[in-house]
Order: sequence, then C-alpha cells, then structure tokens
Amino acid sequence: MNVATPPAKLQAKDYASDQEVRWCPGCGDYAIVRAMQVTMAELQADPSKTVFISGIGCAARFPYYMATYGFHTIHGRAAAIATGAKIANPELDIWVVGGDGDSLSIGGNHLLHVLRRNVNLQYLLFNNEIYGLTKGQYSPTSRVGTKSPSTPVGSVDNPVSPTLFALGCGARFVARGVDTNQKHLPEVFKRARSHIGASFVEIFQNCIVYNDGVYDYFTEKDAVADNQIMVEHGKPLLYGKDKQKGLRVKPGHFEIESVTIGENGITEADVLVHDETNKMLATMLCAMQPPALPMAIGVIYCNPGPTYDEGLAAQVTEAKRAGAKPSLNELLRKGPTWTIE
Amino acid sequence: MEGSTAVDKRQREEVEDVVVRFAGDSGDGVQITGGQFTLTTALAGNDLATFPDFPAEIRAPTGTTFGVSSFQIHFGSREIRTAGDQPDVLVAFNPAALKVHLKDVPKGGMIIADTGAFTDRNLKKAGFTTNPIEDNSLEGYRVLAIDITKNTLEAVKQFGLSQKEAVRCKNMWALGLVYWLYDRDRKQTGDWLTGRYGKRPEIANSNIAAMNAGHAYGETTELSGEQSYRVQPAKIKSGLYRTVTGIEGLAYGLVQGTQAADLPMTFAGYPITPASALLHTLSRLKAFDVVTFQAEDEIAACGAALGASYAGNLGVTASSGPGIALKMEAIGLAIGVELPLVIVNVQRAGPSTGMPTKTEQSDLYQSVYGRNADAPLAVVAARSPSDCFYTAIEAVRIATTFMTPVILLADGYMANASEPWEIPDVDTLPKFPVKFHTEKEGFHPFLRDDKTLARVWAKPGTPDLQHRIGGIEKNYNSGDISYEADNHQKMTDVRKNKIDGIANFIPEQEVEIGQAGGEIAVVGWGSTFGPISRAVTNMRAQGKDVSQIHLRHIWPMPKNLGALLKSYKKVIVPEMNTGQLITVLRDRYMVDCIGLNKVSGQPFKITEIEDGIRKQLG
Repeated sequence: MNVATPPAKLQAKDYASDQEVRWCPGCGDYAIVRAMQVTMAELQADPSKTVFISGIGCAARFPYYMATYGFHTIHGRAAAIATGAKIANPELDIWVVGGDGDSLSIGGNHLLHVLRRNVNLQYLLFNNEIYGLTKGQYSPTSRVGTKSPSTPVGSVDNPVSPTLFALGCGARFVARGVDTNQKHLPEVFKRARSHIGASFVEIFQNCIVYNDGVYDYFTEKDAVADNQIMVEHGKPLLYGKDKQKGLRVKPGHFEIESVTIGENGITEADVLVHDETNKMLATMLCAMQPPALPMAIGVIYCNPGPTYDEGLAAQVTEAKRAGAKPSLNELLRKGPTWTIE
Repeated sequence: MEGSTAVDKRQREEVEDVVVRFAGDSGDGVQITGGQFTLTTALAGNDLATFPDFPAEIRAPTGTTFGVSSFQIHFGSREIRTAGDQPDVLVAFNPAALKVHLKDVPKGGMIIADTGAFTDRNLKKAGFTTNPIEDNSLEGYRVLAIDITKNTLEAVKQFGLSQKEAVRCKNMWALGLVYWLYDRDRKQTGDWLTGRYGKRPEIANSNIAAMNAGHAYGETTELSGEQSYRVQPAKIKSGLYRTVTGIEGLAYGLVQGTQAADLPMTFAGYPITPASALLHTLSRLKAFDVVTFQAEDEIAACGAALGASYAGNLGVTASSGPGIALKMEAIGLAIGVELPLVIVNVQRAGPSTGMPTKTEQSDLYQSVYGRNADAPLAVVAARSPSDCFYTAIEAVRIATTFMTPVILLADGYMANASEPWEIPDVDTLPKFPVKFHTEKEGFHPFLRDDKTLARVWAKPGTPDLQHRIGGIEKNYNSGDISYEADNHQKMTDVRKNKIDGIANFIPEQEVEIGQAGGEIAVVGWGSTFGPISRAVTNMRAQGKDVSQIHLRHIWPMPKNLGALLKSYKKVIVPEMNTGQLITVLRDRYMVDCIGLNKVSGQPFKITEIEDGIRKQLG
C-alpha cells in the first residue's frame, strides 16, 4: 500500500527563484520581494497557479525573483496583459507589479481600466517618486520642484496621488504599505489577495540611488508615530506615540482634523472609527499629508463588487448551456443556403 | 463578358451577367437593399460578387455627394470573379447619387431615378444647376424616371405609418422593380422583412407592400413595353452554398482554427473601421469557447490577446493599419517570448486616418518589416471573402505550430463584400492539436522542437514548470535572462531560422491560371485576385501567353517562388499600393518585376489590369 507523504510545508525561501537579484544594494525592492515571499509561505500559495506580471522599470524585474510563473512584459502594459491572462484562465492568481512611471505615466490608461473593470487580480504599485532604471528623471508622482536630469531647475507639474487615482477609477480595494515595514506589508498583501476583485496597493518604496529618503518625513523612526496612522476596519483612527492623537470630522466642516485626546474636552468617543467600506472616508484618508495629518497606511478601502472575469465567464457558461454542443457545421448551414446540382 | 469585350446585353432576353448598382443617401437603406438582392440572386443559383461602398460618416448630411452610399452586385450564369467594372443598371435614389455614379455607367446603360427626390433643394445640394432628367444630359442612357417616393407612399398608406417611416420603404419599392426586371422571386425578402420587423408588423407589411408595388409597376403598368431579362443559374461546382462576407469568413475560420488546435479563443479588439465587425461577429460565438474582450485601446487589445496566449488560450486581435501600428510593440514582445498570436489587419486607405471605409493593400511593409530590431513573424493574406475562412485557419496553424505571432492581411473590400461559398464539412478539415508541455525533467521554457524550432508551450497552472519569461534576451540553453554577446547572436539567428523554416511546412506556390514559364506572369496578393483572374482569363482567351500567380504566404514565401518567377520573361505585379510586394520580390529573388499600381480607395477594374498586361505584351 502506498502511503501518501503530505507535501512539505513551503518556506519563504521556497518562493525565491534561483536568479541573482539585480537591484541596487539597499533598494526598497529587496524588502518588498522578501515580504512577498513571506506572504506566499503564510498562504501556502500554490506556486504553479501564481503568476507575477510586470511592465518595465526597476519594480518590473520583480517576477524574475519569485519561484512562481512570471511574465516581464512591456512598459505600461502589464495590466492589459494580466487582464488577458485572467480572462483566459480565471483560476490563476495574478499579481501585477509596476512602478510609478510604469503604472501612472505610460500605463495610466490600463491601470484606470483594470481597476474600473474590477478584474480579480492584485496590482502592486511600487512608488519611489522617480524613474530609477533610466537614471533618475522625475516621475508623475514626484513633488513639484523635484530636481532631476530632465528637470535641472525643478519640476513644475503637479504629482498624481496613486490612491486617489485608484479610488477615482472605481477601485474597490485600496491599501498602502511601506517597504521597510516587514511586519505590516505581508498583512496588506494577504488582505489584497483575499479580496475578490482588483486590489490596488501602493507601496512607499525608497530609491536609495536617485531619491533616497523621500519618505523619511513619515517613515523615519522618529517620524513614524506622529506622521503615520495604521488604519484598521472597525478600530478608532488613533495614532501618536501613546495613541493619544486621533482623527475626527472637524465640526461644521467637511474635512478631517487631528485632535489630542484629553485636550479641549476630546475623548476617544469623538474619534472616527475606520470604516473601510466608506468611500468618502477613504478619499479623505488618502488625501491626508503630514505634517498636518498623518499618512494613512493599511487597508483604506475595501468594498467588494462583481468582477469582470466572473461576469465574462458567466456569459460563456450561459452561451454554452443555451444549446447542445455547438457545431460549426450547423452554424455555417444556418440561414439561407442553396444547392447546386 | 466582363472587361475587354463589351457586348450589348439589351438586345437579348437571356443575359449571361449583369451589374446592378444601388446608390443613395447613407440613410436610404442602400446596403440593406443590396444585401437582399444578393441573397435572392444567390438563391436563384447565380454566381455573384458584391462591392458595398459607403462613407465613413454614419449619417452624412442628406442629399450631399459625400454622403452617398452604394452597393454594386455582379451576377451571372457563369463564374463571376469581380463586382464588375461598370454598372448595367444604376438605381439613383437622389440627385447626389446620380452625380457621383453617372460617370461609371456606360452609354446605353439603364438609370432608374426617383424623381420624387429630384427636388430643387436636392439638385442644388448635389451641384446640379438644372435637372439632369429634364435637360437632355442623360441622352444615350435608358432612363426610367419614376416618382418612387410618391408610388411608395401610395402603396403603404393603408398601414398608417408616419410620413418619415413610409418614405423609408422606397428602397423596397425600387428593389421590387429590379426583381421584376431580372425575374427574381420576392419570397426570401418578404420572409426576411417579416422576421426583421417581427415586433412591428405594420413596418414589415409596408415594406412588403412597397416591394410588391415596385414589382407590379414593372409587370403590369408603365414598364410593360420595357424588356425584362433572365439570368440562368450559373454552372458552378455542385454542392451546398451560402453567401459569406470576408468578416464572416474570418470569424468562422478563426473558430475552426482554434477548434482544430484544440484551444479556446480569446479575442481582444478595439473598435475601428472596418475591423470592428469581427469583434461583433465573434462576440456572438461564445458557445464555441470564444471569449471576446473590448479593450480600452489597441495596445491593450494586443496585450490582452498576448496575455491570453501566455495563459494557454489562443489570443487573437484585429484592427486596421493605424491600430496595428499601436499594437506593434506588443507584437515584438510576442516575437521575443515566442508565444502564438493572430493579428488580423483589415486594411484601409491611409496613411493615418486616410479613408477608413475605402480599401487599400498598403500595409504589407508594415506587416513584414514594421518593427524595431530583427523581429520576424509570419504573414498570410486572404484573397476573397470565402478565402478568409481558409486563410484564418492557416494563420492559427502557423501561430500554434511555430509559437509565433502571425499577421493575417484582409482588406476593407473583401471584409464587406460577399460571394457564394460552397460550405465545407469542417469535420473533414485537418486538425493540428496543441500539445502543452508538462514534463518536468530537463524543462526550460526555450526548449525547442528540432524540426520546427518552436519552443515548448508550458502554461501557468502546470505543476512544477514554474518559469519566468520576458522581453529581455533569453539564454538559449536555460531561458534565463542573458546579456551575453554570442547568445544574442544565437537567439536572433534561431528566431529568424524558425520563421524562414516555415517555408518547409507550407505548400509550394501553384500557378493559378496558365502554366509555369512563358511570356508573362501576373503576380498578386489579397483582394486583387478577382480582377487579375478575370483579366488573365480574358487575355488567354485572346491567345495571349499570360499566367496568374497569387500568393497566400507573404512571409515566408513558398520555397519554389523564386524559380517560378524566373521562368517567365516578364512579371507584372498589380497592387493597391505604390509597390510593396514588388519590393519584397525584388529583394528576395532579384526578379525585375513591373508594377501596376492603383491607390484610389477603389478596387482594380478588370480593364485596368488588361491594359497593364497589354502594354507589356507590346
């Protein structure tokens, strides 16, 4: 009798491919790929059904380092290619990886449509506010005044907010993570994967060569407590070293303000409780900027709805059910025909 | 006979072939009228070819010359190869239609004009200073000036339609009259009208009444002195027939191809004239394992098709020249990662937007050469609506057998035109099932078949074959990324050799009409097939040594083509471009071909090709 050996439990390292990683030493991408391998192990994800699809840029090298299926495609088009793959085989667990230029400049149109269609996949946007692979030009998320090889006296155009863009496109899952937060990032990835529909995750990623320290103002050890808020569904929106600060709707205004519990008669009851299904709240949380308000991190919005791939598959199933096994011979003979003797 | 020998048909009751052209405003139902006449004519057993020609504007301002839509049908009791050079009968629903089309009607031809539409306002809009029906400018033509509008209103008044709806039935009145003229049965159109307006029987009945009134007008009243004609059933190959348009041929061929390859199809498209109809047609064939996806742009359509191929379906995308240009980067990726992909190009007049509803075959360079780097792929071209079916199957076969993108060239003319088609028994057509790779031992994604040089196709979801592919150069022996100099040379060579090697797996080039060797070969590709074929037949009937060669495989070309071309003293290449195939032929075979080029947005006339041949005969 054969005794079935239970499959060995996969470790994080089992999800790492044998390829030599080619990012710059100290790049935030190392931390993200590590967090992803941890996530995969925690989920015991089937590597043969997992696919990473990317465009072009530093972030887009990601698939080469995962021991899953991977497709490194062309600049900006990963979302479109991933949509085709998901339509063709809805069983696949598809993760799209792109940088800020890939996703929001050349690929902005495809990101818009993959989100509004609600294709069931995860879209990870590694935002480092710079074009790294082309040696440091400013990107669509760079702040006004960014000096770069193409803007030697500073950029003049306004940056786009990836999460506000995503919400505007109709994304039903919007989250944020920080590359170095190895405890939190896998949790965000797991939530993204369990969400049915397009899950959009912005990851603040440090480019050590061309834009080093661009997020220090809320990720530095000393800055985290007062400039970051970890949002969690059903929990009060508290932050600060001793969770003494909170967010509330400013009385008489349609805006959020930061308050301190114990000051001016403020109690915890005044503080907003995070409701990840509330799009208006999500929009306000995404718009927050330190130092006035903390940077919101975590699952900001999650409100599942029908997915494109399910809808499409249902139409095919319905079409197949409608008749007997279809015959092309029959189809070709439907309608007027005539016989030549 | 078409072309060179003009025979006066009006003296005979029995005629061998006839060309009828309907023309009017885009809103006059000209295309529907033509479609019905086509079907009825097909059911009567005639061979036929059609040429729908319409403006890009959906509802151009009424009465204008640029808003004129037309439909030409050529039918006969013998084999018909083109939609005809000149109409024997022109049905002009308004002055603009007459203005645009009169120049094509030979003297002695019949003009049926709706005088009800020849108002001062319409005459002015069409650019007439006086009414051509009354000012003798139609002398030499047989003019049937009938107030079709008034007759139609009279015929349908019992059904209580609005004035606007009632006037719209006038195309059926005219159709009824033409049915009488050529002794055609009205039942098919009556049944069609009843089905089409099932929910509004008063509209169906009005249209039928109008058609019957038009017919009765010819039969019993004013036209009783006119001659009517009979065109006997054509002596064509026995079998079961239907009509088919190029778009239908492409759609059914793609379905048959994917079934033969044992793959589901993912079709991704973006609306563009004249290729959109393929998306429409395939979106109704979901039961055949076809998923259609209307993408956000041409790039996404090609990307999604490629993504579908990556996942193990056959990805197919379609467009016209400008859209193909946008897809080209993704096609380059398909070449680099060696995945199957079928790209249908329904060519139109360009450059840029050009003339979207007019035909041209000027994307041959784009198909063969139009990519960055050394990026070879296969190119095939259909020659007629029914040939679209077989060429689509061939495109799928090459794509899946050789793991390569294939560009399938059709054009606006054949896409919209229809012809009788002997319906094949698809069960007897060859199968070429895809075998996905599943063997773990020794696997890497760029393992190749020794004969075809195709790489293995291991789709995501296959246990233990996880791998990464991408646009970065791959190591020949592992598929891993590689920037190594010798390796890039080797990979470039193998990609080229793979595509060149397809020539070993396609039929040798045959001579369509005539024989290998001799005075002149006329070499064509695409929808010029019909006029070339008739022109060569006519010339041979006059004792001239002229042969026809028509290419399906544009890249790579059949192995014997060079030697075949060199067996003629002269090679003439008619093309609806400024000379693209000719460049490739000269480059490949050092054959000094003679171009015969037309870039007017209109198909070749037979006489134009005959004249071109005659010039070379000296």
